Amino acid sequence: MAQKRPGSASTWQEHSESKRVPEGVWMRCDGCQATLYRKEVERNLSVCPQCQHHFSINAWERISQILDQDTFEEWDANMRPGDPLSFNDRRPYPDRIKAEQERTGLKEAAVTGQGFIKGMRVVLGVTDSGFIMGSMGSVVGEKLTRALERATEQLLPVVIISGSGGGARMHEGIFSLMQMAKVSAAIARHSKAGCLFTSVLTHPTMGGVAASFASLGDVILAEPKALIGFAGPKVIQQTVRVQLPEGFQTSEFLLEHGFIDRIVQRSELRSTLAELLDYASA
Amino acid sequence: MAKIPNYRLPFEAPIVEMEARLVELEERYTSARTGEESAANEIAEQVRRLRRELIGLIRTVYANLSPWESIRVARCDARPQTRDYLTLLCDQFIELHGDRAVGDDQAIVTGLAHVGERKVMLIGHQKGKTLAERQAANFGCAHPEGYRKAMLKMRLAEKLKLPIVCLIDTPGAYPGIGAEERGQALVIAENLREMSQINTPIVCVVIGEGGSGGALGIGIGDRVAMLEHAWYSVISPEGCATILWKGAEHAPRAAEALRMTSREVLKMGIIDDVVSEPLGGAHRDHREAGSNLKSYILRALNDIERQPREELLDRRYARFRKIGVFTEGD
Repeated sequence: MAQKRPGSASTWQEHSESKRVPEGVWMRCDGCQATLYRKEVERNLSVCPQCQHHFSINAWERISQILDQDTFEEWDANMRPGDPLSFNDRRPYPDRIKAEQERTGLKEAAVTGQGFIKGMRVVLGVTDSGFIMGSMGSVVGEKLTRALERATEQLLPVVIISGSGGGARMHEGIFSLMQMAKVSAAIARHSKAGCLFTSVLTHPTMGGVAASFASLGDVILAEPKALIGFAGPKVIQQTVRVQLPEGFQTSEFLLEHGFIDRIVQRSELRSTLAELLDYASA
Repeated sequence: MAKIPNYRLPFEAPIVEMEARLVELEERYTSARTGEESAANEIAEQVRRLRRELIGLIRTVYANLSPWESIRVARCDARPQTRDYLTLLCDQFIELHGDRAVGDDQAIVTGLAHVGERKVMLIGHQKGKTLAERQAANFGCAHPEGYRKAMLKMRLAEKLKLPIVCLIDTPGAYPGIGAEERGQALVIAENLREMSQINTPIVCVVIGEGGSGGALGIGIGDRVAMLEHAWYSVISPEGCATILWKGAEHAPRAAEALRMTSREVLKMGIIDDVVSEPLGGAHRDHREAGSNLKSYILRALNDIERQPREELLDRRYARFRKIGVFTEGD
């Protein structure tokens, strides 16, 4: 992410979008504007080798970066959303879902399951910021809740890696809001059972996702310069009508204000998680 | 002369007009009483007829409110707020201030109260009536210190084995620089987690606006209800309209699409009950609105207590656990 007045209304769209590594042999970095060799960026875990800008990555890429090779067992892979409101914004919600599924190759915004990190068993949930802005509807809520419940039964640690510019998904109305309550209650039970929950925040983590499971980690990690907060910068700007401070709602801002434990470079994430999990398996 | 309240709700225009006619007729009756008896009787008959008509009109108007009009009722200036209900419901109220960390948020009121025979911890959003009150309470948009205060008082209720009553009435949690700096997302998340574990009965009622996470932050209970004209939604109609249709003027359309009225939310199985309002909305008769709410709260608490006490938290978990619409399999 570039340091380009994160508060200004015009940058909010670019900000809340998750920028993927674009197609083509060459690409431009959103962070430093350098022209980069795409393969080299991908080899570098989709991080700019020059300025360390972290591009958004999809759920599967994330899972392969975090887990030991071929250890992931996916849960509830076929769960798909309903359309409880018969919602229609320019296009019917089921059509929107279908288009997102085709575009992303995912069935929904969350992928859950279990696997190993450096030989340690862990329950993993990843929300993909590219699927309807990583927003949480019934499927994301249900998948994460089931994952937490299974982890509680088997006394396993949980890692959830969040990326959500959308928060609670409005297309499913109040059902989405209630997922916040559902997942948070499951986290309470997991915690009561004495298990570790590590939350990893990536760009962007906002709204109802930030105001539920993403903020409830026993340990909270964040990738550098991720946008993290409750209300979107545009909404805040419209409400308070002053220039938002430099770096407002970034990972660095949250660290300074005491709301996250560590900022972790993508290249260090797997090893940091492994070190943390080691403390939980005492 | 009788004062006709005008609630400035556009769809009430025919009601306001008829009320004005009624007042005029009543005045004519008053002056006619000193004159000829038959003329006075005729006017008296007209007064009675118009009164019946007025009730019929209010009933018709209110039975046919669009979702957006219902939201206008929920936001009406004259609608009773938490502090009104404190007077209407409680024989005693000892307000308890402060979150012991940052300050005392006026947007959430907390305190110990007697409701009928019951002692409870009462927690509610307060939007304020006068401009000064509204500004002090940020129009009912709470900051992190408000949610933290609420949690602190809930912990006290748990210790004292008192049930908790939450009255929800907020457009949403405050979107501001200070709110973000002090962890708005975190405090709401923590309240969701902690309220699922607070080991004492909790009854939540949306009395006006149920705006998103700001509402849910004191909205986890064993019974969750809405007043008839309250709304409860994942996002405000204006917010939704701005995102989807690029302008807050499309809010009426968003209000419909989001299915945020009490009837819709009940139908979807999200709330347990709808508490009926006096004819023509709570703003027309605070006393009756208060008495309806009071009997609902007492009934809900009795219902909860009829269940085995040791199952309380499991039932609360299951209440939220079952919410969601999805399909599985190929």
